[in-house]
Amino acid sequence: MKRFIGFVKKEFYHIFRDRRSLFILFGMPIAQIMLFGFAITNEINNVDIAVLDHSKDATTQEIINKISASKYFSIQQFIERETDIESVFKKGKVKAVLNFEKEFSKKLIKENTATIQIITDATDPNTANTISNFVNSILRNYQQELNKDIKITYQIVPQTRMIYNPELKSVFMFVPGVMTIILMLVSAMMTSISITREKEMGTMEILLVSPLKPFQVIIGKVVPYIFLSVINAIVIIVLSVFVLKMPVQGSLILLGLESVLFIINALSLGILISTISKTQQTAMMISLMGLMLPVIILSGFIFPISSMPLPLQVISNIIPAKWFIIILKGIMLKGVGISFIWKETLILVAMTLFFMGLSVKKYKIRLE
Amino acid sequence: MSILIKHISKSFKDIIALKDVSFEVNKGELFGLIGPDGAGKTTLFRILTTLLIADKGKATIANFDAIADYKKIRNSVGYMPGKFSLYPDLTVEENLEFFATIFGTTIEENYNLIEDIYIQIEPFKKRRAGKLSGGMKQKLALCCALIHKPKVLFLDEPTTGVDPVSRKEFWEMLKRLQKKDITILVSTPYMDEAALCDRIALIQYGEILEIDSPQNIVKHFPKKLYNVSANKMYELIESLKNYEHQYSVYPFGEFVHYTDQRDHFNPKELQQYLETNNLKNITIETTNPTIEDTFMELAK
Repeated sequence: MKRFIGFVKKEFYHIFRDRRSLFILFGMPIAQIMLFGFAITNEINNVDIAVLDHSKDATTQEIINKISASKYFSIQQFIERETDIESVFKKGKVKAVLNFEKEFSKKLIKENTATIQIITDATDPNTANTISNFVNSILRNYQQELNKDIKITYQIVPQTRMIYNPELKSVFMFVPGVMTIILMLVSAMMTSISITREKEMGTMEILLVSPLKPFQVIIGKVVPYIFLSVINAIVIIVLSVFVLKMPVQGSLILLGLESVLFIINALSLGILISTISKTQQTAMMISLMGLMLPVIILSGFIFPISSMPLPLQVISNIIPAKWFIIILKGIMLKGVGISFIWKETLILVAMTLFFMGLSVKKYKIRLE
Repeated sequence: MSILIKHISKSFKDIIALKDVSFEVNKGELFGLIGPDGAGKTTLFRILTTLLIADKGKATIANFDAIADYKKIRNSVGYMPGKFSLYPDLTVEENLEFFATIFGTTIEENYNLIEDIYIQIEPFKKRRAGKLSGGMKQKLALCCALIHKPKVLFLDEPTTGVDPVSRKEFWEMLKRLQKKDITILVSTPYMDEAALCDRIALIQYGEILEIDSPQNIVKHFPKKLYNVSANKMYELIESLKNYEHQYSVYPFGEFVHYTDQRDHFNPKELQQYLETNNLKNITIETTNPTIEDTFMELAK
């Protein structure tokens, strides 16, 4: 046991004396959370639009007021001619133009229909979609107000309710993803690098010719990083709750335990990587390419898994990050307990045991 | 018997690193493994320290089998690899403490063993090991290899890249350690260090050429050796190499070591030959062969 503590102490010296790695270790999570939280967002807010009002009557005025009153849009300018539509888009000043037809009120009353054209700049398809949805819903509301006194015989009224994230805040989607990426990278990359560094420096040779047992070396390498990753996880959760207003509906203890499970999973992956790579550089490349890309692309963090082609959907099952994101979203947004996420937890446990078993088996007690 | 090596062979893919190597090292002996780079010294060290498994043959270290009892061997030997293998970001003191701890001992317990050496680096004990000079690094590495009082000490080229003064000090330390009943197997490419060992083995291309004490090994030199000198070194070597009866010609300091093919060689003949080649101030004297001469001859 004294040997083991001595080894762990040595690992902490390595970590704290390597200022640059330490900076990455703690700087990266903060920078990433802030970036994803504030800069990268697919919400719309105060989108500039232009209005081409051919009728200028009471009804159009009312609709325009309603739209400009919402926080999503700000009317940037009024244009007078159809030909101006193209030019305002080309100048890039507005993202959408609302085009009211002539004699809007009159038609609405006499013919019961009037048309409004919504033209959006679809160079950014997501934004364009969101804009048209929002305008549509404002118009629908207005229509219901108009029809309030009239009895329509058959009517289907869809009532949409977005639950768990009613305001569709993108932060809610990014935080679990970013937390997963950071924990995966920090844990797996740092451990694999620290083990291969011993190989590269030749100190592994001396460690092998010593009474230290393989599992003591491995656990000794892992313990400091479990400690650091837990601190990282805490920093991320605190930041997202207090700065990004991310809710944690479920139990904090469960969240903590699941995070520790995922950290150990990532660490055992890191050890596995170190057993197959000889240099720090290979270890880093494998960690970055082999872990980062699947975590970003296949975990359902950015692209929904259900819309992937079937082979990729199957592959996504072996990505631990996928299961951890499901767990995180469950606890943080839905507030579920272990009874709803035991399956995902079990999968992570099984994966961890598999990686650990494989690494201990692959760990060489000799040089070749 | 501290180290017993029997018919060890090892190859990596198609490169043969060791070919049927056998020798033994007695308890408390300072045994030198002398050979150029690539002779197979490091491979042999790694087999003896249980880091590699030999293709053929058997080795025992302190009566433990190198394969079956590898754990016991790892407890009772000290190993200093050729490449500096300590933690450069740890201080001198921390390195020593770390190695003491993983071997289940403390610095205080075996301080008397390393005292002579450690006292020299103690003024720098708060300095990071990566910032030490070459000689200091080797002294620290030796301390780390010794801290658990090993029965057998393996030193793989401990003085490569170390200045002559530190080299001399290092060997004096080895001599002192030997008196403390530690068996030492040391490898070196330097022939002058070979003379300081009790016995040496000359090794090349994975084969042992000869094993004997440094005093006796030169007796294996088969010919009479001459020191030849003249006013122009380069022309002298060229002329000797072109001489029809020459057997070997090696520059050696200010002299050229020369041997002749014939059993009844008359130096006067050679002198005449050299004079016809426009060389002046020619001296030809017999001399005693050195370990280096012996090695060159045996390696032929």
